[in-house]
Amino acid sequence: MTRKILTAIVVLGLLAYPFLVNSFWLVQIGGRTMGFGTVVLSLVFLTAYTGMLSLAQMTVAGVAGYAVAYFTAPTGGVGMLLPWPVALILAMGLATLAGLLIGLVSVRTQGIYTLMITLAVAMAFYYLTLQNYDLFNGFTGFNNVEPPVILGLDLGAPLPFYYLSAALAALCYFGVRHVVRTPFGLALQGVRDEPQRVRALGYNVALLRILAFGLAGAIAGVGGILNLWLNASISPGSVALNPVIDVLMAGVLGGIGHPIGAYVGAFVFTVVDNFAIDFIARERFNTLIGLIFLAIVLFSPDGLTGLARRLWRRTTAEEKEGRESVRHGNEVGK
Amino acid sequence: MKLTRRTLGLTAMTAALMSSTALWAQEDLVLIGGLATLEGPFAEPGEDGLRGVELAIAEFGNEIAGTPIEMITASSDGNPDVALESARRLVEQDGVDILVGPLSGSEGIRLAQYAKERPETTFLNGGSAAIETTLVDPAPNFYRFNTEGAQWTAPLGEYVVNERAWDNVIIVSEDYSFPYAQIFGFMATYCEAGGTVEDKFFTPVGTNDYSSVIAQLPLEAGEVDGMFVVLGGSDAVNFLSQYAQMGGQLPIIGGTNVADQTVLTTQGPARRLLPGILSAGPVSDNADNETWLEFVAQYQDYYGEEGLPTPSIFAYNYYTNTKAALLALQAVEGDLSNNHEAFRQALDELAFESPTGPVSINENRQATAAIYINEVVETQDGDLRLEPLKRIENVDQFLTLGEPVYSQLGLPSRDNPSCPS
Repeated sequence: MTRKILTAIVVLGLLAYPFLVNSFWLVQIGGRTMGFGTVVLSLVFLTAYTGMLSLAQMTVAGVAGYAVAYFTAPTGGVGMLLPWPVALILAMGLATLAGLLIGLVSVRTQGIYTLMITLAVAMAFYYLTLQNYDLFNGFTGFNNVEPPVILGLDLGAPLPFYYLSAALAALCYFGVRHVVRTPFGLALQGVRDEPQRVRALGYNVALLRILAFGLAGAIAGVGGILNLWLNASISPGSVALNPVIDVLMAGVLGGIGHPIGAYVGAFVFTVVDNFAIDFIARERFNTLIGLIFLAIVLFSPDGLTGLARRLWRRTTAEEKEGRESVRHGNEVGK
Repeated sequence: MKLTRRTLGLTAMTAALMSSTALWAQEDLVLIGGLATLEGPFAEPGEDGLRGVELAIAEFGNEIAGTPIEMITASSDGNPDVALESARRLVEQDGVDILVGPLSGSEGIRLAQYAKERPETTFLNGGSAAIETTLVDPAPNFYRFNTEGAQWTAPLGEYVVNERAWDNVIIVSEDYSFPYAQIFGFMATYCEAGGTVEDKFFTPVGTNDYSSVIAQLPLEAGEVDGMFVVLGGSDAVNFLSQYAQMGGQLPIIGGTNVADQTVLTTQGPARRLLPGILSAGPVSDNADNETWLEFVAQYQDYYGEEGLPTPSIFAYNYYTNTKAALLALQAVEGDLSNNHEAFRQALDELAFESPTGPVSINENRQATAAIYINEVVETQDGDLRLEPLKRIENVDQFLTLGEPVYSQLGLPSRDNPSCPS
C-alpha cells in the first residue's frame, strides 16, 4: 500500500517537475538524469540480477548514439541519411548486438576480470572512434544531431524532450522490474546465486548471461540515444574513460542493489557535478566532488537507496514500537 | 515525525540550492560567465584564461556606468559535451548576460551552435581557435575578438618559402580541429608560394610513444628542408624529446602551441631542439610595443607569484574578448535591454587597441588583428623567449586572400589543403 502511494507520488512529482523549475533544471538536470540514469540502469540490472559488473555500458550507449547520428545527421561525407524510425530501429539493434558480443567475450569471467575485459572493450571502442574517419568521423564526431519532429512536435524542445526522456526511462525501469519476475529473470538470479545448481537443473548458464548482456545493451542503447539528443552531438569524448567510469560512480552512489538506485545515483551525480564549483575555489572543486562520493560510499556502502531503506526501516520500526507501547499502556490502564 | 522533519530539511536544502544563484539575477548587475578548461590536459591554460577575464573586469573597477559586474565560472575538460553542459548551466541556471569562453577548438564549434538557441545571451569566445566557429553558418550572437588558428600560421607559410627558401617540408600534427586549422593557414600561403609537403603524420591527442612516426622522418635536412610540428603541451615535449634522442636535427617550424611557455620551459632532451624554432601567433614575448608591456606589467602586478611569469596566449585571448564586451557595454552605459540590441550594435562596430595592437571584427564577427612571426631565442639567464621577426598587420579571417579565393580552399581536414611534392 505504502509502496503504491510512494510510486504515485514519484510519478506525479515527475509529471509536475517541469512546471516548478527553469529550463536548466528541466533539460540539463532532469533530461540528463533520465538519459544517463538509463545507462546506469543497464549496469544496475546486470549487477543486481546477474552479479556481473560491466564497464562497457557507456560504450554500448555510444554505439546506439553513433548509429543514430550516422543515419540521421551525415556530416562531411560520413553517414547515410535514413528515415528516423529506421535509424532508431537499427541503432537499437546494433546496441543489443554490441551488448551480446560484449557478453560473449566476458561471459566466462568473473568479478574483477569481467571489469577488466569490459574496460578493455570500452577503451578499444574509444580509440576506434578517435581514429576512424569512415564511420565515426574521428575526433570531431557528429554535430547537429537534432531529435526528430513528429507531427509538428519538436522533440528537441525542453518540455517534450523531458517528457520523452521520462517516459522512456519509466519504460526501461518498469521493464526491468517486470523482467526480473519472469522465469528468465528468476533464472538469472539463480545464476547469480548458485550457477552450479542452475546448471544442474539443465539451464545453459552461459547463454543466460549473454542474453542478460544483450538486454542490458538494449537498455543502454535507449540511454545512449537520449544522451545524444540532449547534447545534439556525439564525439569520442562521449565514450572516453571519464564517462565510462561515471556510469559506475553513479551506480555505486545510488545503490547498485535496486533499479531505482540508478536514477537516484544519476540525479545526485549530475547535481553534484554541476554545482560543486559554487561551493569551493574553482581549482579545487573536483576534490569536493571526490569527497562527497567518498563520504557516501564510506557511510553507506549500498548507496543512497540503501541509506534511505535503512532510515525508512528504523522510522517505521520506531513507530511500530511506539504504537505497541501505547497499546500496552492502554491495556495497563484497563 | 522524524521523517517529516528530514523531508522538510531536504526540501529546504534543494530549494536553497536551486535558487542560490538565481537570486543574483534579480539585482541590478551585469553577470559575466567565464568558461574554461579547469580539468584535463588543458587545465593550466584554462586557469590562465580566467585570469585574463578577471584582469579585464578589474581594469574597469568591477563596474560599468554604476552597474556592478559580477563574474562566475564554470569548468570543462576540453570535451565539447562537458563544455555544452557547463555553458547551459551558466546561461540557463545562473542567467549570465554575457558568456566568455570556451578554450578549446572543438568546444568553440559546439558553443557557437548553442548560441543560436539562446538569442537573449551574448557569447564571446575565450581562447578557442578552430576555423569553423565563425565561418560555417556563424551565430549572430557569437563574437570572437581573438584571431584563430589559421590566421596565426598564414603569414608563416609564405615566410619560410620566401625568407628561408624551405620549399619541401614534412608535417607532424595532432589529429583534431585546431591543428587542422593551423595546417590550413600555413599551407594556404605556403603552397601558393611554391612550397610542397612531403608527407603529413597525424597522431591522437595524448600520444606518448612517437617511435613509429619518428622512424619515418628524416633526421637531417636534405630532400626535406624542415618539419612543421603542430603539437601542444606534453605531446610536443614527448615528440621533441624522442626525436632529439634519435639524433634528429631537422629545422623545426612550430605550430603556435609548440612555441608556448608551457613547452619552452621544459628541460631534458627536447630542450636542445627549441632555440631557433620558427613560429607564428597573436603574441610575442619580446614584443616592444607599449600596450603589450603595459599588459604584462598589469598581469604581473595583479597576480604576482600566483600567475605565470608572463601572461600566456590564453590569458591574452580571454582578456581581449572580455575587454571587448566591457568596452561595448561602456559605450551603451550598461544597457542590455531589447535582447542586447544596442550592446550588440556597439560590439559590431567596436574597434579597439588590444595589448598587441588594433582589433576589429568582420561581418562574421571574427577578429582581424596583427600576427607575429617569432623565433625562439635564449636569454642570458638561459630562459627561452619568443623574439618577433616580423609583424604582419591586419590579418583577417580570409587570410588576406580575399573571400572568393579563400572560400575555394574549402574546409580544413586531414587531406585539405594538399600540395604533395
